[in-house]
Amino acid sequence: MSQPSISKSMTIGESGLAVVFAVTAFLCVIASAKALDAPFAFHAALSAAASVAAVFFIVNRYFERPAALPPQEINGRPNYNMGPIKFASFMAMFWGIAGFLVGLIIASQLAWPALNFDLPWISFGRLRPLHTSAVIFAFGGNVLIATSFYVVQKSCRARLAGDLAPWFVVLGYNFFILIAGTGYLLGVTQGKEYAEPEWYSDLWLTIVWVVYLLVFLVTVIKRKEPHIFVANWFYLAFIVTIAVLHLGNNPALPVSVFGSKSYIAWGGIQDAMFQWWYGHNAVGFFLTAGFLAIMYYFIPKRAERPIYSYRLSIIHFWALIFLYIWAGPHHLHYTALPDWTQTLGMTFSVMLWMPSWGGMINGLMTLSGAWDKLRTDPVLRMLVVSVAFYGMSTFEGPMMSIKVVNSLSHYTDWTIGHVHSGALGWVGFVSFGALYCLVPWAWNRKGLYSLKLVNWHFWVATLGIVLYISAMWVSGILQGLMWRAYTSLGFLEYSFIETVEAMHPFYIIRATGGGLFLIGSLIMAYNLWMTVRVGEQEVQMPVALQPAE
Amino acid sequence: MKAILTVHNLASDLVTTIWTPAFVAIFLAIIAYAFWPRNKAAFDKAAHLPLREE
Repeated sequence: MSQPSISKSMTIGESGLAVVFAVTAFLCVIASAKALDAPFAFHAALSAAASVAAVFFIVNRYFERPAALPPQEINGRPNYNMGPIKFASFMAMFWGIAGFLVGLIIASQLAWPALNFDLPWISFGRLRPLHTSAVIFAFGGNVLIATSFYVVQKSCRARLAGDLAPWFVVLGYNFFILIAGTGYLLGVTQGKEYAEPEWYSDLWLTIVWVVYLLVFLVTVIKRKEPHIFVANWFYLAFIVTIAVLHLGNNPALPVSVFGSKSYIAWGGIQDAMFQWWYGHNAVGFFLTAGFLAIMYYFIPKRAERPIYSYRLSIIHFWALIFLYIWAGPHHLHYTALPDWTQTLGMTFSVMLWMPSWGGMINGLMTLSGAWDKLRTDPVLRMLVVSVAFYGMSTFEGPMMSIKVVNSLSHYTDWTIGHVHSGALGWVGFVSFGALYCLVPWAWNRKGLYSLKLVNWHFWVATLGIVLYISAMWVSGILQGLMWRAYTSLGFLEYSFIETVEAMHPFYIIRATGGGLFLIGSLIMAYNLWMTVRVGEQEVQMPVALQPAE
Repeated sequence: MKAILTVHNLASDLVTTIWTPAFVAIFLAIIAYAFWPRNKAAFDKAAHLPLREE
């Protein structure tokens, strides 16, 4: 290896981070030794091992790299950083399959309860948060990190900020997933929906998230493109709001710093309101704002058409920001929450129809002049169908938030059906579409290995979604009606177990739908794997032949 | 303590009174900005941003 002329030394970031991780490893070993419960000891040991690995990674990377850090530009073009994007894309696919599989297992457990084999670790109560966290935070989160790092670089025409920082974000985030997920299986949970991870995982996520915000913000600040593209606004809203929600919903006091159990600062109905302020805005800013950013970049790019109305995108963004944050109370209709708060939540949920449908129209109409591409490009079809599902589930959601409708739908499978039309149809399909675009771009391939397989994925998954949501609609309404049926003497007509029995056929249909969705994702994983393995390299123009700009 | 509470009450009264009209005003200003004729060219250019590579 030829040695460069400038002397090589560790950057402050490299040496500083190596020292921090060395100290962390030491502290984690102590925590593991003094642990009050077995899961905490396991997590402390895991953290110690990961810290040692981080020190090794940093030092090894230093010895492998040239003396100078990667340049910001090469021949006047931005030197984009694709490493962390590739890693997050890979992890997204991995966690997606894992999350869909766990979903299929718990759907099957609901149809055939014997499938939990009387083992605590794979009982429904522990696997259900594993499923939700795996698909939302692990799959969805990695898709958002990967696409945001790509979009912010391309639309700002600047290299991603930081040298180790982007790697810290992707590796640190996935380590958080590992700690949270293994915790659920071992019975470690705060018992707050979508906020199950205990205090130490929450602290770690806070650090990772602040670094994520800084990497994103600094990249925007050093942009070469004067205008901040609308997708970056949506990504930024997603990152900032998730930070605020995470801090608001998780101020917990651990029983001991050497134990996993903690107690939340909020009590009673305040805790419930904080929880659903968090929970609904996790839907609004994690599962909506972040993925709308994907819509605003990937659909124009794939369709090779400009955004239908940039003005509408600005109004869409601000209307969403102003309205979403108030919608949470609709999760607490007919509870101890004051009546006016419930009505406020309902009103803002109904008003959300406007930005949601404005955004949907903007996404769909971007295809004007390119509708024929839906016939030939299954990736674009996936993206467009996702927007259609977005419109459908954001019509259904406000309707279900109306108190009289909610009195029928709440606590029934209708809610599960609604969530999955949004999660599988909107978030799932827009993520698949984005990954189908992103993998060839990030790995510098001419195109996907097989568009035919994308077509198979599309139809198999669509059939799965249709089976899933229609089964849950019928089941949910049936359930709601049975619960409120009275006899002529004023007694409840059905015992609870009779309603459970009535659900059985729908649970089998739902599990079948989930199984099809999983098969679709396996087809996708194979297709992406082959794209990277055997895909044709995009021909790079030799530097000398590039037109002068 | 009493003085602090008075200040707190005044501040909270002020905030709860003005936030609705203030937010409505901000939102209307955003709509005006989006539809301002002079901004049209810049927005049309921005709509093409994903199509301009490198």
